[in-house]
Amino acid sequence: MAAVPLTLPVGAWAGDNQNALHPASKQEHSISVLWWVMLVGCSIGFGVIVILLFLGWVRRNRDYLPFGGRDRAGTAIVIGLGVFVPIVILSLLFVWSDLYVIKTTEAPAANSTPMSVKVIGHDWWWEIRYPGTRAVTANEIHIPVRTRVDMLGTSADVIHSFWVPALNRKADLIPGRVNRLLLDANRPGEYRGQCAEFCGQQHAHMAMYVFADPPNVFRRWLANEARPARKPATPQAREGERLFLNLPCSGCHMIRGTSADGTIGPDLTHLATRTTLAALTLPNKPPDLTHWIEDPQRYKPGSKMPGFSLTSSQRDALVAYLDGLK
Amino acid sequence: MAVRVAPDPASTIVSRGRFSSWLATVDHKRIGIMYILTSLFFFVAGGIIALLMRSQLARPNEHVFTRDTYDQMFTMHGTTMIFLVVVPVFAGLANYLVPLMIGARDMAFPRLNALSYWFYLLGGIVLYASWFSGGGAARAGWYSYPPLSEHAFEPGKGQDLWILAIHLTTISSILGAINFIVTIHNLRAPGMSWMRLPLFVWSIYVYSVLILIALTELAGALTLLLLDRKAGTHFFLPSKGGSAVLYQHMFWFFGHPEVYIMVLPAFGILSEVIPVFSRKPIFGYKAIAFSTVAIGFYSMLVWAHHMFSVGLPTGLNIFFMLSSMTIAVPTGIKIFNWIATTWRGNVILDTAMLFALGAVGVFTIGGLSGIFLAAFPFDWQVTDTYFVVAHMHYVLFGGSAFALFAAFYYWWPKMFGRFLDERLGKVNFWLYFIGINLTFFPQHFLGLLGMPRRVWTYNHHGWWAAWNLVSTIGAFVMAFGTLVFLINVVRTTRVGRRAGHDPWVADTLEWYTTSPPPAYNFDKVPYVTSARPLRDLRRRLQEGSVHA
Repeated sequence: MAAVPLTLPVGAWAGDNQNALHPASKQEHSISVLWWVMLVGCSIGFGVIVILLFLGWVRRNRDYLPFGGRDRAGTAIVIGLGVFVPIVILSLLFVWSDLYVIKTTEAPAANSTPMSVKVIGHDWWWEIRYPGTRAVTANEIHIPVRTRVDMLGTSADVIHSFWVPALNRKADLIPGRVNRLLLDANRPGEYRGQCAEFCGQQHAHMAMYVFADPPNVFRRWLANEARPARKPATPQAREGERLFLNLPCSGCHMIRGTSADGTIGPDLTHLATRTTLAALTLPNKPPDLTHWIEDPQRYKPGSKMPGFSLTSSQRDALVAYLDGLK
Repeated sequence: MAVRVAPDPASTIVSRGRFSSWLATVDHKRIGIMYILTSLFFFVAGGIIALLMRSQLARPNEHVFTRDTYDQMFTMHGTTMIFLVVVPVFAGLANYLVPLMIGARDMAFPRLNALSYWFYLLGGIVLYASWFSGGGAARAGWYSYPPLSEHAFEPGKGQDLWILAIHLTTISSILGAINFIVTIHNLRAPGMSWMRLPLFVWSIYVYSVLILIALTELAGALTLLLLDRKAGTHFFLPSKGGSAVLYQHMFWFFGHPEVYIMVLPAFGILSEVIPVFSRKPIFGYKAIAFSTVAIGFYSMLVWAHHMFSVGLPTGLNIFFMLSSMTIAVPTGIKIFNWIATTWRGNVILDTAMLFALGAVGVFTIGGLSGIFLAAFPFDWQVTDTYFVVAHMHYVLFGGSAFALFAAFYYWWPKMFGRFLDERLGKVNFWLYFIGINLTFFPQHFLGLLGMPRRVWTYNHHGWWAAWNLVSTIGAFVMAFGTLVFLINVVRTTRVGRRAGHDPWVADTLEWYTTSPPPAYNFDKVPYVTSARPLRDLRRRLQEGSVHA
C-alpha cells in the first residue's frame, strides 16, 4: 500500500496509453468531446436535483414552495424540469451525437481506405494479418500514422472485443461475423488495448499494442514481416531450428520458410520483432522467453501451450533461434 | 381511532407455532417473511463473494484467488444478487404487503404462493450446490454468452446447474407474478378503484406483467442453450450455422425489462415512504402511476442498447439510442414528483426517509450515467468496462437496495410489531451511503482509464491501482453497514420499541390492522374513498361521523 503514491508518476504512462480521454485520433477525440459535454450537462442536472432535495429539508414546514407558489407551481416545476428540459436536452444530444460523432467514428465504407488489417481473436491472443501481403503477426499491430486503416475483426472461437481506447471505440469480434472499425492515429506512439468481452480464463491477459509508425518505418516493418524467416546464423541457433521443427512446437506454430506450419498458436516468423510475449503477458527478452518456454502454464494458466521438459542446452538453443527471428 | 387493541408482540406470528407450521404455511405474511429472510441470507452470501472479489482486485497482480475461482465468483455474485436477492425480495415484500394494502384476506392462490417460494429456495440451493459439482460453479458470467457457455468451452456441470437454477427461480417468479396480477385485479377492497390503488401496488402490478413477458422469454433462451449443451443442437454455434448474436438478442430482451423488474418496485417503495415522512400526500399520484406503466412499456423496446458493440446496423443503433433516452422522461417525472412531495411538507429524517431520499440522490447518478451509455458513440467506448459496473451498481444498489432498506425500516414494525433501532439505522445508512460512493464512483474512472470488466487481475500501477484500492475499501465500509443492519435485526427482536398498529400515521390500509396483523388480516375493511383511506377515516373520526 505504501508503494501506491510512489508508483503514481509511473502509472501516468501506464494509464495514459490505454485511456479513453487521451485521444490519439480524430475519432476518439470526438468521442471524448461527447463525454465532456455530457459530463457538464449531467453534472448541472445532478446539481439541480440535489439542491432541490436539500430545499425540501431546509425549507420544511413552509407554506410555500422554495420559489413561492403552491401546488400549481409544483406542477409547473415537475413538467418543466421532469419533461421539457430532458426532452430538449436529450433531443439536442441525440441529433448532435448522430450527426457529428457517429459520422466520425463509424466504420469506413468497404474499400474506402488505403489499407486494411485483419484481426482474428483467439483464446487468448490476437492474430493479425495484412491483406494483400504475406505478413502475419500476433498481438502487436503496426499501422502507418495519419492513414485511414480499416480493421476487419472476427473470432476463431468465442466472442472477444477489440478495444484500443486511445484510438477508437470497441468492436466485438464474433465468430461468423466481420466487424469493421477505423484506425487512424494522428500521432506516432504505442497504444495499449485489451480484450473487453469476457472470453474465459485468461481474459485478463489478452492485451495488445497498436504501434502507429511514421509511414517509412511502417513500410520497412511490413516488408520485413512479409518475408520468410531468416536462416539461423549461429550453430546454436541452427540446433534451435532443428529442435523447433522436431519437437511438438511446429505442430502449433508457423514459421514461414520452414516446415513449421501449425495454426493453433501465433505465427513466429518474426517473433524477435515483437516487444512482448503471450498477448503482453511477458516482455520479449531472452530470459523471459526462456521462462515462457519452460512453463507457460505458470504465466498464463489455461493457455494451449504446454510446458516442455528440455535440457538447458536445448532450451538455450531454442531461445537463440527464436531470438534471431528478426 | 382505536380500531383494534394490538396483541402482545411477544407472541408474534413469527414465534407462534411449531417449525413445521412454517413449512406448511400458505399465509401470505409468513411466505413473505420467508422470502425476505431467504433473500437476506443470499444477500449476505453474494456480498461476501463481492468482498472476496474486491480483495483480489485491491492491488495489481494480487493472488488472493486463482483466476478460475474469480470467474466463478463474479458469475455467482451477479446471478445471486439478481435472481436470488433483488427479484425475490420484492416478491417477498409484495407478498406481505399487497393483500394488506388492498384490504384482502390473502393472495388469490395461497397454495400457488407457497409453491413459488419453495421453487425459489430450491433454485438457490441448486445454484449454491453447483460449487461442489465436478468442475465447480458456472464461470461464464451472469449473462453466459455463447459460444463461451457452450459445451466446447465450458464442459463443467456447473453451467448446466446454473441453467437449472435459473429455470427454477424463473418458474417461481412467473407463478408469483400470475398470483399478484390475479390478486390485484380481483381482491381489492370495496371502493378501491385503480386510481385509488397504492403506488407500491401499481409498481408490483407492472413488475408482474414484465416478469410474465421477460422471464418466460428467458426460459426459452436458456432452454435452447441447454439443448445446445446437452442434445447436440447448435442454435448459438456459428461454426455449425447458428448465431451467437441471436442469444444476445434473446437474453437482453429479458435483461432490460429485468432491470425495471428490479427497479420499479423500489420506485413504488419510495412513492409510499416519501409522502409519509413528508407528512403530505404524494405529489402527482396519476403522473407516478402512469409513468410506472410507461417505463414498463419502454423497457421492452430498449434491449439492444446492451449490444451496441456487436456491430448492429447504424439505423438500429439510432432507434435503440432514442428509445433508451425516452425512458429518461418518465423517470424524470418520478424524481421531480418525489422532490415536490417533500416541498411544503414537514420532512422527518427517520432512517426510512434517509434511505428513501438517499435512494433518490444515488439512483439519479445511475440514471444520469445511463444517459451516457444510451449515447452509443460513447457506449462503444465504455461498454464492458468498469464504467458499466459503476452504472449498474448505482442503479441496483443505490436505487433498489437503498429503497429496500427504506422498506425494511418502514414496514418492519408492521411485520414484527417492533421498531428497528433508529440509532443503529442511521449508522447503517451512513455506512452504506459513504460505502457505495467510495466503491462505485471510482469505477467510472477505471472504465475511462481502460479497465475492462471481469478481469481477475491487472498489472497497471498508478491510477488503476489507486482507484481499485479505494473501491475495495468502500466495499468493506458497505459490509460494515450490512453488519450493523443484521445486529439491529437481531437486537430488536427482543428489545425493540413496540409499535402500535399505525406508528407512522400513514395512509394506506396495511396500517389499519394490528402489528403484526392476525392471520385473517382485517376484522373488517373500511370502504375506500380515495388513495389515502386511513386519512379519510381519521378526518371522518374528527368530524364525528364514524364511531370508533
